[in-house]
Amino acid sequence: MKKCLPFASFLFTIIVWETAVRAFGISVHSMPAPSQVALGLWEMIRSGVIFHHITASLFRVTWGYFLAVCTAVPIGLVLGIWRQAGQLAEPLIQFLRPISPLAWIPFALLWLGIGDKPAVFLIFLSVFFPMLVFSMSGVSGIKKTYIRIAANFGLKGRDYYVKVILPAALPEIVTGLRISLGTAWVVIVAAEMIAVKSGLGYLIIDARNSLRMDHVIGAMIIIGATGLVLDRCIRKLEDLPAVKWSRVLK
Amino acid sequence: MNQVEAAGIYKVYRERRGRPRSPGCCIFSERCLVLKNIAFSIDEGSFTCFLGPSGCGKSTLLRIIAGFDRPTDGRVLINGLEVTAPSPEHVFIFQEDGLFPWMTALENVSIGARHISNPDEKISEVLEYLDLVGLKGFEDYYPHELSGGMRRRAEVARALITNPGILFMDEPFGALDFVTRMQMREEMVNVHEMFESTILFITHDIDEALHLGDQIIILGERPSTVKSVITLPFGHPRDISRGELADLRKEIYFLMGLHTAL
Repeated sequence: MKKCLPFASFLFTIIVWETAVRAFGISVHSMPAPSQVALGLWEMIRSGVIFHHITASLFRVTWGYFLAVCTAVPIGLVLGIWRQAGQLAEPLIQFLRPISPLAWIPFALLWLGIGDKPAVFLIFLSVFFPMLVFSMSGVSGIKKTYIRIAANFGLKGRDYYVKVILPAALPEIVTGLRISLGTAWVVIVAAEMIAVKSGLGYLIIDARNSLRMDHVIGAMIIIGATGLVLDRCIRKLEDLPAVKWSRVLK
Repeated sequence: MNQVEAAGIYKVYRERRGRPRSPGCCIFSERCLVLKNIAFSIDEGSFTCFLGPSGCGKSTLLRIIAGFDRPTDGRVLINGLEVTAPSPEHVFIFQEDGLFPWMTALENVSIGARHISNPDEKISEVLEYLDLVGLKGFEDYYPHELSGGMRRRAEVARALITNPGILFMDEPFGALDFVTRMQMREEMVNVHEMFESTILFITHDIDEALHLGDQIIILGERPSTVKSVITLPFGHPRDISRGELADLRKEIYFLMGLHTAL
């Protein structure tokens, strides 16, 4: 019974939606009913079109995310450890961070032309700044006692960074990984509305242009479901012993 | 032989703006004197308890002796050398949990066994020390999976395995429940008898100091000075409710401002 409860809200929404569309006789071009959406979605699944678009979106997110994490985490760690550099960089980072990655679209197109590259670049931007901030605060937030104990036991150099700094900052970095993956998945839809001919964002624009609102909603459902799966997967990281301790401590 | 020698230690803290002034701080000054002309000496291998009201600067003093903090004036000598930084030869057990929470008990104690280069030897030594503090079978547990008392034991094991010249303990059992605290007290007596380390132990518990110390240094309220140094030439176990110890206990209660009979 308890396990069914979360699905009840879905079921309720679908029933109300279907009834409303039928009762008011709303046109499929302004608001399709769930049954019509299901048919449209099935059509896209059977032809395999939807999988093509999902793969395209995931491909771009993976690349942008991977490149951003690989650069932002090391830079963030260094800025966290090296206080002066961190203080120097902080205002600039905090200034650039709230600028939506979408504001970079003109430059993305100007510099990288059309194709996958500008979309990957926008994903990169949406992940880079949050990861930078999370890695920095992961290091600067380490309890002073741990630093003192490391000094007391004579932990220096590589041992100090590998056994103390990195593991102490890891939970914060993992939180950053989860949050920025969510952001990346939000941004990809907008990023694919420009300069590409595939992906879930493109699918939405394309369906709208041919007035297939059932496909628009179908794509939205797929975006939601994929986002949920991605979040569930990355949440697994939080249960690792190397990460879990920080949650238990609070 | 004197191992720790403190001479004329002063510590002045800058008051942070916007914060309410704590009592004992000079109203008209931006600075706050915590320690005032503290001097004492401690014998090698002895167990010294620092006793004083809370907020009197005991922790500051111990951190200065251990080299984590610098005195504003005066100096501390350990084995004739001035202390300027923490040393792996002297281990500090902090008031708050100090095990690395991302490491198992075994990995934590191994941090103290880094001087042993042979990996097999290291593991067997670590296991021996975990056994010594009664943590056999808990090697692969993470700190958050251990009780408060067990965490403290693991920390003691991590300190002892380095065979420290001096063991600094800052109110190590303050957060434990009564029975666990008494057990830990007993074990500290054993540790003191088994190991040759000099122990500097902060507490605000008068009975704890009487049970454990060879010497008790009583500090006064801020700005702290050494109010009294008491030597306790008694063996263990100690019954503090009788004889000379009971008299001393009364005297210390009186010294700490508790006048009515307890």
